[in-house]
Amino acid sequence: MRLKLVPQNTSFDFFSRWKVWLGLSALMMVLAFGSFLLQGLNFGIDFRGGTTIRTQSTQEIDVGAYRDAIAPLELGDVTITEIFDPTFGPDENVAMIRIQAQADSESVSAATVTAVEEALKLTVPDIQFVSVESVGPKVSGELIQTAVIAVALAIGAVLVYIWLRFEWQFALGAVAALVHDVILTIGIFSELQIRFDLAIIAALLTIVGYSLNDTVVVFDRVRENLRKYKKKDLKDVLNISINETLSRTVMTSVTTLLALISLYVLGGDVIRGFVFAMIWGVIVGTYSSVFVASTILLWLGVKRDWSKPSNTAGNQFANIDA
Amino acid sequence: MLQIDTWKRVLIWSVCVIGLFLALPNAFYTRVEQSNDAKAAIELGADTPENQALAGQWPNWLPSSLVNLGLDLRGGAHLLAEVKVEDVYEARMEAMWPEIRDALRDERATVGTVRKQPSAPDEIRVRISQPEGMSRALEVVRGLARPVQTLSGVGATDIDVRAEGDTIIVQLSEAEKLASDDRTVRQALEIIRRRIDEVGTREPTIQRQGADRILIQVPGIGSAGELKDIIGTTAQLTFNPVVGRGTDPDVVPGIGEKVVPSIDESGVFYIIESAPVVTGEELVDAQPSFDQNGRPAVSFRFNTSGARKFGDYTLENIGAPFAIVLDDEVISAPVIQSHIPGGSGIITGNFTVEESTNLAVLLRAGALPAGLEFLEERTIGPELGQDSIDAGKVATIVAFVAVLTFMALSYGLFGVFANIALIINVGLLFGLLSLIGATLTLPGIAGIVLTVGMAVDANVLIFERIREELKSAKGPARAIELGYEKALSAILDANVTTFITAVILFAMGSGPVRGFAITLGLGILTSVFTAIFVTRLMIVIWFERRRPKMIEV
Repeated sequence: MRLKLVPQNTSFDFFSRWKVWLGLSALMMVLAFGSFLLQGLNFGIDFRGGTTIRTQSTQEIDVGAYRDAIAPLELGDVTITEIFDPTFGPDENVAMIRIQAQADSESVSAATVTAVEEALKLTVPDIQFVSVESVGPKVSGELIQTAVIAVALAIGAVLVYIWLRFEWQFALGAVAALVHDVILTIGIFSELQIRFDLAIIAALLTIVGYSLNDTVVVFDRVRENLRKYKKKDLKDVLNISINETLSRTVMTSVTTLLALISLYVLGGDVIRGFVFAMIWGVIVGTYSSVFVASTILLWLGVKRDWSKPSNTAGNQFANIDA
Repeated sequence: MLQIDTWKRVLIWSVCVIGLFLALPNAFYTRVEQSNDAKAAIELGADTPENQALAGQWPNWLPSSLVNLGLDLRGGAHLLAEVKVEDVYEARMEAMWPEIRDALRDERATVGTVRKQPSAPDEIRVRISQPEGMSRALEVVRGLARPVQTLSGVGATDIDVRAEGDTIIVQLSEAEKLASDDRTVRQALEIIRRRIDEVGTREPTIQRQGADRILIQVPGIGSAGELKDIIGTTAQLTFNPVVGRGTDPDVVPGIGEKVVPSIDESGVFYIIESAPVVTGEELVDAQPSFDQNGRPAVSFRFNTSGARKFGDYTLENIGAPFAIVLDDEVISAPVIQSHIPGGSGIITGNFTVEESTNLAVLLRAGALPAGLEFLEERTIGPELGQDSIDAGKVATIVAFVAVLTFMALSYGLFGVFANIALIINVGLLFGLLSLIGATLTLPGIAGIVLTVGMAVDANVLIFERIREELKSAKGPARAIELGYEKALSAILDANVTTFITAVILFAMGSGPVRGFAITLGLGILTSVFTAIFVTRLMIVIWFERRRPKMIEV
């Protein structure tokens, strides 16, 4: 007896309402972008400079008391959050203190950190500073730049690779799906105000890789079926291809999600944001490879005669079914 | 047909066995680590029974490379420092002024009187009272220039000299600035390395980043502040008269004398006069060079007051040795061959080119050549690191079990094959990581977990394809073969694209992100290998034994 998440022979019609799907994706992207513009991302110190101090004590954390202890130092914007995690023991009370970059210095002021630590020790005698991280504004600016370049480079490299291996329509479809995934991920980070740091960029690029993986598998089948069913409508060919690969798409998403969810629950709070981004990316990436990449392919149309190497412009859009 | 040549089978199994063999030490992490540390200590001379016992914990014939644990897992401090290379220009220009003044004084008849003008710190402005002698003045000052060795510019010199009306402006040339920046950063790097080595922590990372930055990561240190204190301490370089030389460290020195060990002759001690003749603060430059017999040597130069003291001393002590002492260790103790009047000299000895280069660096390395600005500081407590490791371990095991169960339920026997391949895959990944001495970071663990999830993808692609081929009823052997054949292009395209993003991450990222990119990239390589070769081989062997008439995937 086999566990089957997807029945043997499916024939869902993924494109009966393709305009709705495309519209929905567009709407989601607009919402995500709007949230990004209105709220902005909750940048970690990697990207905007400043200091974070992670404290631990056996005493319950009183955020107000912490704030009162630090307030006399006049450090500007100070955020104090208590952190809860199932992996913590009963006596582990953890808080995260974030201090903005001090305006007068390019680099990091050790004196500031020491002052904060001294002040907190007076309030909470058994407090421990398990990690202290400071990033100067100079580096954080560069980190943003590098991160943006990295994401752009990855998308560009993929565009070229798929164009070489397939056709330009496939490349555009795949890249549209990637941009969709990246924007939605940034959107959810801005909407939920989850801390956005350097590791999230790594997650973003992994999402790019994963979503692409999915898209390429579908496209590979589309390419194969385009040769096989020369007379069928593009829409039917796409539907057949997606149905044929559906079982695999679901299987891979489920195994990856199984692994990620266990990391999300058990992996500790330090990488939770990072894992959250990946889980979100796997879900969005799976959706987008069917409903964005393939739909755009349908919209753009493809060359149908794969036996001849040249692309005859005449029938380029001949089989668009829309 | 389903056939795999014997040599291919041997090769595939060998790769698996070697990979797992290399990964083995990681399964006994603490034990191997203790053994490695003890062996290193014994090498350095600490041949105690405890160390012998610790070293014996892990047999020599087994591989002993481990995956390094990143700072976020082990705890420690991380600093990113920028070297203020411009600091050096100022000192260079200051040292240049007396030279220029003396040279122009000799030409007083043509250039008139010479006066230094206020100027930016990285240039010298000199006004001459007879502007008509300017061409001669420029010629004289240009004559002071020294050639710069660069990769590109043959014939470039270290200073740019130009005239503005009656003023001569001297600046370091672009070529010399580049060369000087490079020297400054290397020197700072060398000093920092020495300082941290003295403290003796395990596996510090001290790397140059970009043109003028230095990344310092020291595991196990209490805080970034502590690390900064260590780096900030200046090295003390002195030139002292030598009283005697011996092998007894406990010899009682006379008044005003002290006993110091030799840096490279072990067991040798020098008795030197405590009061130095000259100190490193008066050293302007030290460069690797060659003596008249073409043997590697180090040439050095003092500033004016240093030159005078050194000249007087050498004149009075020809034939006597003097010691070059760095932080109470004798670097070398040459014998004074002749009076050294000009403030420059040469240290000869049994040097290789590399040693002379290092010595030059050390000589210059009296104190940090330029200020450091700390752009990034991170301290991670060891408890937090341990918590992260524990959490990561549990999460990885749970992820592993979940995926294994799911695969077995979905694909039955074939799923079991894929599971064995998955276990081999993770083993290979650890083997590769240990082999290249990669550093495992917290995002790196996430990379491994992600690899576990995604590694089955290639197998899923193949199995799903075999299922489809079975529907067209071509017989199991043909179906398996076609399944592999037709899934291949999808597997390659999908993994190449992911690999591209891993490479970009590696190239653009730093620290933990880079650790993630390495595990992701290597994970792709090993998972493609195990899916295409290892599971296939297992299926083929099973098929040959059983010869099933029909199969269920």
